[in-house]
Amino acid sequence: MSTKLKDLAKKPQILSGGHRLCAGCGAPIAVRQVLMGVPDDVKIVVACPTGCLEVSTTIYPYTSWNCSYIHCAFENAAATLSGVETAYRSCKEQGKIKEEYRFIAFGGDGGTYDIGLQSLSGALERGHRLIYVCYNNEAYMNTGIQRSGATIKGTWTTTSPFGNNSYGKKENQKNLTAIAAAHNIPYVAQGSISHWKDLVRKAKKAFATDGPVFLNVLTPCHRGWRFPMEKTVEIAKLAVQTCMWPLYEVENGKWNLTVKVRDKKPIEEYLKPQGRFAHLFKKSPEVLAAIQENIDREWEKLLHLCGEK
Amino acid sequence: MNSLTKTAALVGTDAVAEAMRQINPDVVAAYPITPQTAIVETFSQMVADGLVKTHMIAVESEHSAMSATIGAASCGIRAMTCTSSQGLALMWELLYIASGLRLPIVMPNVNRSLSAPINIHCDHGDSMGARDSGWIQLFSENAQEAYDNTIQAIRIAEHPDVQLPVMVLMDGFIISHSIDRLDIQDDASVQNFIGTRNPTYSLLDAQSPVSVGTFDSLYGYFFEFKRQQEEGMSNALKVIQEVGKEFGSLFGRPYGLFETVGMEDAEYAVVATSSAAGTIRTEVERLRSKGIPIGMVKLRSFRPFPAVQLAKLLSGLKAVAVFDRSNTFAGNIGGPIFIELRSSLYELEKRPRIINYVFGLGGRDLSVELVKKAVSRLIDIKPNEIIQQNVYYLGLRE
Repeated sequence: MSTKLKDLAKKPQILSGGHRLCAGCGAPIAVRQVLMGVPDDVKIVVACPTGCLEVSTTIYPYTSWNCSYIHCAFENAAATLSGVETAYRSCKEQGKIKEEYRFIAFGGDGGTYDIGLQSLSGALERGHRLIYVCYNNEAYMNTGIQRSGATIKGTWTTTSPFGNNSYGKKENQKNLTAIAAAHNIPYVAQGSISHWKDLVRKAKKAFATDGPVFLNVLTPCHRGWRFPMEKTVEIAKLAVQTCMWPLYEVENGKWNLTVKVRDKKPIEEYLKPQGRFAHLFKKSPEVLAAIQENIDREWEKLLHLCGEK
Repeated sequence: MNSLTKTAALVGTDAVAEAMRQINPDVVAAYPITPQTAIVETFSQMVADGLVKTHMIAVESEHSAMSATIGAASCGIRAMTCTSSQGLALMWELLYIASGLRLPIVMPNVNRSLSAPINIHCDHGDSMGARDSGWIQLFSENAQEAYDNTIQAIRIAEHPDVQLPVMVLMDGFIISHSIDRLDIQDDASVQNFIGTRNPTYSLLDAQSPVSVGTFDSLYGYFFEFKRQQEEGMSNALKVIQEVGKEFGSLFGRPYGLFETVGMEDAEYAVVATSSAAGTIRTEVERLRSKGIPIGMVKLRSFRPFPAVQLAKLLSGLKAVAVFDRSNTFAGNIGGPIFIELRSSLYELEKRPRIINYVFGLGGRDLSVELVKKAVSRLIDIKPNEIIQQNVYYLGLRE
């Protein structure tokens, strides 16, 4: 199966149109790109934790999913899907089912970095053949823009507001992709909706992997990040070009930079168009420097891990 | 059908594990917790020895145990788990999801108190905390009943008129860790009895994919779903009796919603559950042999609560004492069984007087002496006596 756009465009849509996600939302773009990696001869079951994608695609009695789908609760998509995957292996072993299935979870950063981390870690450690995709928009957007463990330093959110005594979120985000890689699972990757070819290629690898997979995909949210809704993909691209969101994979323990950034753009180019950082430019330029410093340090670390230095 | 019966000496946890082996579920997801641990250990060994076809998921918490069980059961197969105490508490939000999705999951719960203070011994505070979660709850007096209830629970849960999860309860340590004599049926008879699951929907139906757990908000059907769920629970009253009767005709041990001792001519009655019923039965039988008209009702089905059936049984009695191994912390108004039973009796023209004994919290022993003390108060109640004190704490150091 090729990754040519004209071939990918012919694939049936598993997530159909008519869902209620915001115009300009990054999440369904990530879902579509990842599902372009589904091999033609397999069925899938999708699991979602509670979140934007879940509430917007399954409003009873409708569903946007042209495949089987399950939502259980907020913090347990990985555990729920591990039960589905195990039931499948049991049915397969008993000869009760002929079709080949793959199992994929799409969770936001709240349901993945924070409340769902234990469930995710358990499922990865147990070695289920499932793909967990975090559509990362760096805050709890479904409940109205609250900070999460994925929110970057200096960000304004409704629970990390700026004020006389605050410049926004004080802490750097955690590196969940590296945490997933530390489980020594066969495939972990970071993707962005701006680099569809890279993401579809990673998704294909994910579906071919016999074991747990974690994909962390940056999906800008114009409502929470405060930028014009038509700029979603451009913003994601800037995150890659500034090395705020590097694109790499860890395949059987081998780190590999999949999109090389020759001329790293200054972080201001990524932060400036987003209203969630506007206060930093007015009042806290030292935080801009701290963000740049963190990016530089993490990027250097990554280059070493990927054998680029 | 002829069933071969084998007599065995097993601790309660092994009796339940044996029932699980015979049920041979497709998936079990479980996490260890005292005093349930021995069930997981014994069953894990059965999996390791190839005695079952079960795929076992050794999850990282009870929250994930119930989540994985829900995922597996949504595939139309048989999925089980088991827990105790804090583990059940950690499952709390998922208990409602399991029942709301109408998944026929069977879960033995070895009753243990809830922290704090931390205590590993028996009371019913854990399962009582889940009494409004939409699960059927069946109490077991001994290892035999725990074994029998686990098998019957499959049939009850999967009945098309019910489609609800079932919790099989047995007392921590008192039953779970005591060796008991019990009859074990042969594997084929158990398999014939439980049959196969015929799910309405499955995530793995390639011809007909399904969305499970969809979003049903303000303009949806949430209220209607919940009303239907209540209907399933009401239907369970009939199904529990039918399944218990069939079980009895096949294996010689019939079951209903509750069991009675001497209620035909009783003027006083004690209502109890679980292992305490054994101790209470001893005292009730002793008093009956002396001509005192007292009986006992051993409640098996707490959910659904057999309100109508109990009211009919207790109508016209002089007085009833309810034994609760948990408390409601509602301001000294008594334990949960007492509150629900008293409410059930309200419409009766000939209402008995009713008192409550809260006992055995954190495993505090219920001796025959304590039962004697409680029953002597009960049979001392005069007709039309105005009861000043309804709730007593039996065995409390004060």
